[in-house]
Amino acid sequence: MTYLVTISDAELFELAGADLRVDALARTAELRLLGSPAETVDERRYRQMFGIRRFEQTLLDLFDEGLLSGTTHCCIGQEADAVGVIEHLRPDDHVFSNHRCHGHYLARTGDARGLLAEIMGRADGVCAGVGGSQHLSTPGFTSNGVLGGTVANAAGIAMAAQLAHSDAISVVFVGDGALGEGIVYETLNLAGLWQLPLLVVCENNGWAQSTPQRDNLSGSIEDRFQAFGFPVRSVATTDVRVVADIAGQEVAATRGAGPRALVIETYRLCHHSKNDDNRPEEEVAARWEQEPLSVHEGRVGGPARSRIEQEVELAIAELVTEFREDGS
Amino acid sequence: MIHARVLGDALRECLSEDPRVVIMGEDIADPYGGAFKVTKGLSTEFPDRVRTTPISEAGITGTAAGLALSGYRPVVEVMFGDFLTLTFDQIVNHITKYPSMSAGQATCPVIVRTPMGGGRGYGPTHSQSLEKYFLGIPHLRVLAASTLQDPLEMFRTLLDEDDAALVIEHKLLYPRQHPEDLGALIVRRPIGESGFPTVRISAVPAGDCSLTIAAYGHTAVMVAQLVDRLAVEEEIFVELVVPTQISPLDWQPIEESVSTTGALLTVEEGTRGWSWGSEVAARIHHSCFSALRAPVEVLASASDIIPSARQLEDRMLVGVSDIEGAIRRSA
Repeated sequence: MTYLVTISDAELFELAGADLRVDALARTAELRLLGSPAETVDERRYRQMFGIRRFEQTLLDLFDEGLLSGTTHCCIGQEADAVGVIEHLRPDDHVFSNHRCHGHYLARTGDARGLLAEIMGRADGVCAGVGGSQHLSTPGFTSNGVLGGTVANAAGIAMAAQLAHSDAISVVFVGDGALGEGIVYETLNLAGLWQLPLLVVCENNGWAQSTPQRDNLSGSIEDRFQAFGFPVRSVATTDVRVVADIAGQEVAATRGAGPRALVIETYRLCHHSKNDDNRPEEEVAARWEQEPLSVHEGRVGGPARSRIEQEVELAIAELVTEFREDGS
Repeated sequence: MIHARVLGDALRECLSEDPRVVIMGEDIADPYGGAFKVTKGLSTEFPDRVRTTPISEAGITGTAAGLALSGYRPVVEVMFGDFLTLTFDQIVNHITKYPSMSAGQATCPVIVRTPMGGGRGYGPTHSQSLEKYFLGIPHLRVLAASTLQDPLEMFRTLLDEDDAALVIEHKLLYPRQHPEDLGALIVRRPIGESGFPTVRISAVPAGDCSLTIAAYGHTAVMVAQLVDRLAVEEEIFVELVVPTQISPLDWQPIEESVSTTGALLTVEEGTRGWSWGSEVAARIHHSCFSALRAPVEVLASASDIIPSARQLEDRMLVGVSDIEGAIRRSA
């Protein structure tokens, strides 16, 4: 069985219908992380969330081993957002993400090879090792580690779709912490004014790096969007089914229409980056009780779950082994 | 025709030729047509692609970045150059970074144009020449328009390339006749590595000049008039070298001129120190050391804020008499 599918930029650009510059880098979609139409939706969602989880846990292990340098921001605990939202997107839609982008990238592309290579600083990384963990770029996906400005960039991509009379949409993931940035509100105003097809997904995990929300956010998150005329949906869940149901409606409502916001109250179970978690242990422990994999796993039969987990583990292990050997 | 109209016509031509061009800025739509009227008429002709915006320099520039990532060619008008500070994060951390940090997969060719400069009594926050803070930003072209260059040629070249660019204009040039009447002066416009012309102006062949002056924008226009007057009245012969792209710079024309004249004066309206001239001087001291008769002289405005009162502003900004004095010392 072939698990790896190589997609050239040319093919991706063609899929996306975009007139952009093409270069020779090829993406690899790892089907063992992305899933296939042959399996049930629940199985595929479990596979994608498990894949993101194990990919990031592997990253943290590699950091501890000293095989990775620099920094990284994991989304452990927030996997349901990436998977539940991105499954509704088309190749010609665009996803803008932030520093905590691995989950979004993997859900969008399945390109575990390109991402791990990128974070390891290899020339075959998705951005040739220049971007690293938080600056990823591939057709249909961009991330940047400076917060807030990405919302404006995503609005511009939405404006491009509008000018081209396309019903493609632009989706931007922001954390609650980024709502402190002024450019966010300039952009909400513009997007509302020009009715840009922009879906803002706010992953509200309650902590901005090390600062709890009570110390950095005045008023309500929903009111911020409503003030600019955005329809807002708000949900507190780590259940991928719930996220996917609402996100499906929001994505559909954004197509060919104006901006909307989806606020997902979730929780980050890992450090902000590495070894920098000073949150109360009991708070984190309580949230582990609601983490997305355990919420969802009962919907996937035991044998299927074992098979999925084995395939994902093998896919990641193969990559790590290969890169380790290259580096030795 | 006046400079503002020439700039506006160039933008109109770009909108006509290239459906990717989108212009955004504050108050740029008709009937107002922009604070300096450069875009007058354009929103009527191209209502979808010429958009007046809220007062949100960062937001507009960031939105332009997204358009550019999607293959459009946005041109952002920032009403006063002073307000460029509000776009700095987008230029430094977004627009110029996406192409490089994606290893060339993305392009983000945003053009930002803005009027710099004093001389109008607008005071500390509407008169500055802030371009020095943007010089040397990796992957950013900084260009200076003036009545000595053809803006249509400049915009066309930019639209043929995939780089981000900051185009600085000057308020005092907007009402001025374009092109500049250079009378009997010798003018050459070689195209350099940057793809843009460097204008070289002198009253006599460069080999007979005793000083090179490097300047751009409105300052260069002031110097051009001096080149003529000092030649006619006092037989002081200098060569004026005016790059269109001021960062990165085509060094060859300046170095060639200095090798002949043996002296260099740089003039800019921005504040003195850590400036365009400082960088030019540092480079020329190395590359033309053996040709120089004297150290490079760098002339700039006082290191201070720009006062509102006209007589105080005149004293603070580089003016014709300062330039004339420096020429007499150096030539």
